[in-house]
Amino acid sequence: MLKSPEDLIALQERVKAENNGKIILSLCSGTGCRANASQKVFEALQAELASLADPRIVLKQTGCHGFCEKGPILIIYPEEICYVSVKPFDARDIVAQTIAQGRVLDRLLWKSGLITAAHHSEIPFYKHQTRYLLANNTHVDPTSIEDYLRCNGYSALRRALFSMTPQDVIQEIKRSGLRGRGGGGFPTGVKWEATREAEGNEKYVVVNGDEGDPGAYMDRSVLEGTPHSVLEGLIIGAYAIGAKSGYFYIRQEYPLALENTRKAIEEARAFGLIGANILGSSFGFEVSVHQGAGAFVSGESSALLSAIEGRVGEPRLKYIRMSTSGLWGKPTTLNNVETWANVPLIIANGPEWFAGIGTPGSKGSKIFSLVGKVENTGLVEVPMGTTLRKIIYDIGGGIKNGKKFKAIQTGGPSGGCIPEAHLDAQVDFDTLTELGSMMGSGGMIVMNEDSCMVDVARYFVEFLREESCGKCIPCREGISEMVSIFNRIVRGEGKPEDLDFLEDLSVLVSEASLCGLGSSAANPVMSTLRYFRNEYESHILHKTCTSLVCKAFIAFHVDAAKCRGCGLCKKQCPVNAIYGEKTEAHVINQKMCIKCGACMEICPSKFNAIGKVSPVSQLQNLAP
Amino acid sequence: MNKNGTMAKTEDRALVRIDAIIDSYGGKRSALIQILLDVQKENRWLFEEYLYHIADRLKAPLSQVYQVATFYKAFSLKKRGRHVVTVCMGTACHVRGAPSLLDRISQKLGVNAGATTGDDRFSLLTVNCMGCCALGPVMAIDETYYSNPANTDFDKIFNAYA
Amino acid sequence: MDISITINGKKVSGKKDETVLDAAASIGIEIPTLCHLKGLSPYGGCRLCLVELISGKRSQLVASCGYYLKEGLVVETDSPRVKRARALVLELLIAAMPGSQEIQRYARQYKVTSTRYKRNLDHCVLCGLCVRYCEEIKKENCLGFVGRGVDREVAWAPLSKYKDTCEGCMECQKFCPTGVFPSNWGIAQNTLAR
Repeated sequence: MLKSPEDLIALQERVKAENNGKIILSLCSGTGCRANASQKVFEALQAELASLADPRIVLKQTGCHGFCEKGPILIIYPEEICYVSVKPFDARDIVAQTIAQGRVLDRLLWKSGLITAAHHSEIPFYKHQTRYLLANNTHVDPTSIEDYLRCNGYSALRRALFSMTPQDVIQEIKRSGLRGRGGGGFPTGVKWEATREAEGNEKYVVVNGDEGDPGAYMDRSVLEGTPHSVLEGLIIGAYAIGAKSGYFYIRQEYPLALENTRKAIEEARAFGLIGANILGSSFGFEVSVHQGAGAFVSGESSALLSAIEGRVGEPRLKYIRMSTSGLWGKPTTLNNVETWANVPLIIANGPEWFAGIGTPGSKGSKIFSLVGKVENTGLVEVPMGTTLRKIIYDIGGGIKNGKKFKAIQTGGPSGGCIPEAHLDAQVDFDTLTELGSMMGSGGMIVMNEDSCMVDVARYFVEFLREESCGKCIPCREGISEMVSIFNRIVRGEGKPEDLDFLEDLSVLVSEASLCGLGSSAANPVMSTLRYFRNEYESHILHKTCTSLVCKAFIAFHVDAAKCRGCGLCKKQCPVNAIYGEKTEAHVINQKMCIKCGACMEICPSKFNAIGKVSPVSQLQNLAP
Repeated sequence: MNKNGTMAKTEDRALVRIDAIIDSYGGKRSALIQILLDVQKENRWLFEEYLYHIADRLKAPLSQVYQVATFYKAFSLKKRGRHVVTVCMGTACHVRGAPSLLDRISQKLGVNAGATTGDDRFSLLTVNCMGCCALGPVMAIDETYYSNPANTDFDKIFNAYA
Repeated sequence: MDISITINGKKVSGKKDETVLDAAASIGIEIPTLCHLKGLSPYGGCRLCLVELISGKRSQLVASCGYYLKEGLVVETDSPRVKRARALVLELLIAAMPGSQEIQRYARQYKVTSTRYKRNLDHCVLCGLCVRYCEEIKKENCLGFVGRGVDREVAWAPLSKYKDTCEGCMECQKFCPTGVFPSNWGIAQNTLAR
């Protein structure tokens, strides 16, 4: 139990000294790597290290390191040797060679072409990033508050409580230029000030950990990896605003984030960082965790508060700012996970440091989840204003398998697709909006020549139809009508006037919807129509899908010249649509084919005998 | 209690458990969603009788409890299988072929998304993003993840679950 | 203390618990509504009552049924932006509620003569009047919403006592804009059966 700021400093010194001279093995154990057997790697390493019995060695499971394409990742400190794609059977060599004898295992190093990187900071994916928020994810065991303290955790809280007044804190957040990271981009300091100045003694702070955008997992990684950073930010915010109570709202699809956040809160309470008289000050704060139950719309602010109140998590008609009337009608500040995580950095390093990063309108760094058809999938943290090109190519390593870039989708279902012509756009709150998309919460999905943009737009409207709460007529019926139109288009029943109707439906939902889900639903449609209208026309007028995606317009076909009759495709086919004798060229029965693609996936790459054509009539032009 | 006002014996024990869950949240009405999540986790799905009991204890209108129970994907008023097969339909997985994976799994299990196999072994569900985008397309069975399983692996994978 | 606002260029005053919709009505301006009922708290589901709020160079569309008066508001109830949005909503409604005289009247007023939506006839539009009336006025909560999005429906709370209370009351029926309630939902339909 820490009863004073001096206690905190003393503990920080002590735990830092504990790790002097230690060899630390930091194994990525975020959800992504756990899905890739990192737990088994951990157990294998544990077993091997046990026989070594060296007290200098510390093996820890950390949160997400961010280089998800190459997980599980192991970093050995202090040298920072970085091993990628580690398997359980590698444990023996890692311990016997690297730990015991200092020999680096070449086979586990990151390589690309002729370049090999032995150290974490040499890997291009990491080298081109500037990590502040994610920096500690490679050092901190999320279940250990001591690890967080080693990184000067809670020093910012100490400064705020003992060297600053609540107004001082608000001024520093204002001067830093921090804007909300959930997608809205509202100036955080202004929001805090409004809540502070609102009438009433009962105020609340809330963490929005709903992160519903598919393909975005920045918040998950921060909550899983350094939950204390969010908690510290929340306590500082509560102090600044005058709130004594707070909530974490975390989606139930993130069990590890929920678990680690709950543990962090328990530990913080045990150390006197939550509860009455924090660190011996006169400030007290209580916090609890509220789980989501599977609804994207519940991430919308008014919906989220409704859910915490125990009502259904759907948006409400409310034109009064939450800073005046929020949870239970009391002044409330709701901020995104990443926003809260930035607060300790600003208070510890000063607002000028933060304002020195980024662009005039968008300060600080931002975490993006770079996924899709890119070589290096993972979490990327860069200063605001970094170009798309740098993110996709320098950090992302370009398009996988030498294919051609087509578009990058940003901002989730509220965003849009940006084509190659605009790759030099700087990523910040304003630039992407001008291009018809938005930065949103940070999801970035890279698409190549094999992605059909009509299918992408259809995917998003289907997602939004499923997630619409159904309360207001334009969103519920308008988006549903959009889905019907898209389904007709990809089935081959599209008409030219469908595009006019889609445009009108876009106006309907963006002008008349009750909440942001509906009003931004038009973006995926409008941005793909803006940059890829030719694909829509191709589907409607020529029954062709040039990206070979839409089932109604493609046919799978075995190239008789390449087929060696191995029979693998025949075995895979779920509807027995392939016939042929062993060693003889196989044939796909087009009438039975359900176009699932299993045959093409299983055909050995040395034969590469199965392909797709579009339109279907092209089959006639191929050799039988 | 059930529709005609009597209490079924097998449900007594379940209701005692539900009372314990409600008490752990201090009987607060605002904890409705949390309570339903815990009950769903223990029972695999929500019986109507449970909803009547929860509404009663929390002094919440039954219609409101039903609204919450039918609004969220996490809850099921229909029987759920012993194991839940979840296919991620997030954007990154979609771009890597998730619809195709869902098709193949659907073919194998003989049910569409949202349904449960006749032997009660598996319920097939979809979810929007599990956060393992580098492994896409992803299928999870209970808490184990599988990255783009091939049709030829299906027997081995599914037979491991009783 | 009276609050003063401007609607379509005219000065109007009202109280702080009044809405833009109320203020407009007080000077004889009728704004189309569907899910609004005096005495019930605002819902904002139909989006017919949208008006444009002008603030310097910026403007936004808001539901006038739920926007309480603030000093100095500048409101346009029939600007081009409002007309376009309202006409698009009406195009949908004439398909969803072909039997509604009132919707037909609004449609004529906003020159909506045809619809591209193909709808099943006589379908509940989920305006929520019945649910809200039962909750706020009768305080019985016999009815509620179930499901989400396009699967959202109005249903009786599934215990016979609610259906009985409902059948003994039926007051909300006179507000139902489609006249579809109560025949399609409820216990008889086994909507929520195991």
